[in-house]
Amino acid sequence: MIRGYRTHTLWVAFLLHRISGVALALFLPLHFWVLSYALTAPETLDGLLLWTDLGIVKFSEFGLVFLLSVHMFGGLRLMALEWLPWTSGQKTAAASAVAASTLVAGVFFLRAI
Amino acid sequence: MADKHQMSVSVWRGAAAGSFQSFDVKMEENQTVLDVVAWIQQHADPTLSYRYACRVGMCGSCAMMVNGTPRWTCRTHVKKVLVDGHMEIAPLRNLPVIKDLATDMDPFFDKWVAAEGLHHPTQTRHDPIEAIDPASAGRVEVNAGIECINCSVCYAACDTVAGNPDYLGPAALQRAWSVYNDSKDAGKQAILDAVSGVGGCHNCHSQGSCAVHCPNELNPMNAIAGLKRETARNFFRRRAR
Repeated sequence: MIRGYRTHTLWVAFLLHRISGVALALFLPLHFWVLSYALTAPETLDGLLLWTDLGIVKFSEFGLVFLLSVHMFGGLRLMALEWLPWTSGQKTAAASAVAASTLVAGVFFLRAI
Repeated sequence: MADKHQMSVSVWRGAAAGSFQSFDVKMEENQTVLDVVAWIQQHADPTLSYRYACRVGMCGSCAMMVNGTPRWTCRTHVKKVLVDGHMEIAPLRNLPVIKDLATDMDPFFDKWVAAEGLHHPTQTRHDPIEAIDPASAGRVEVNAGIECINCSVCYAACDTVAGNPDYLGPAALQRAWSVYNDSKDAGKQAILDAVSGVGGCHNCHSQGSCAVHCPNELNPMNAIAGLKRETARNFFRRRAR
């Protein structure tokens, strides 16, 4: 499927953005349908929430947050790409700044836990 | 193939329907993919059709798919693309195949015109030549895309073109962006209208294959992003009026 001309970073970024978007589009209606029980049938919701103690559901929740963040960063990337006419040097500097600040924030986060 | 003095080359034969034909070609110390195609045509099968002209990377005639990747064959060294003594040469993707390695480039060039990638004069030949400051912002933007050789490598690399035959494609849109930034051009609104239609710049998914594969290291994706910004500004300007 991934032919020679597609094996580069930007195409992989596109693919991740698309897969996370499709996965969210499939998941979110289900998510809101379950949440709607809070209004229509609270007992059913409580029953469904018991499922969240299961490891597999916890793992899925991690997946959901992961998909959301991948999709969000994909969108931010696209907006930066299309709306900020930066040179590649400026883009590298901006990406390095984000990476450095993430690292610093991560260190503080690790100290906190 | 074990013999290091020979390589096996699969070459597309036929038009849209066809198949790969295998040829054994002698390895040379300095050899481009175009040399290999020429050798096959001259020594193995004179009926092989392909297109080339300058052989030095200026005319943009000889682009083909080499191992599934679009390349200018006259400037692609065989040793760079050979895998285990084998390579596959096919006609450019996203264009109708006339025969063997020769594609019909008409859709590609028709889209340059459809994108208004042509000069719309502001003056006549009787006016004095207008001085352009090489450091002006518009001219710098034009510089980024002006070395396009119309080889259609970006067009063949683009999955959006593959998915939407009406899409104008990276080269035509980059040309439109260059013309748009030309201070001597009078057709700016015509360009913005042409590139914001059904097959226009907003189809681009920013996959970046055009920029990765452009043999002259141009970045049509940046040009298309510029068109997206300008068409959006134009949209809000028109509403504000």
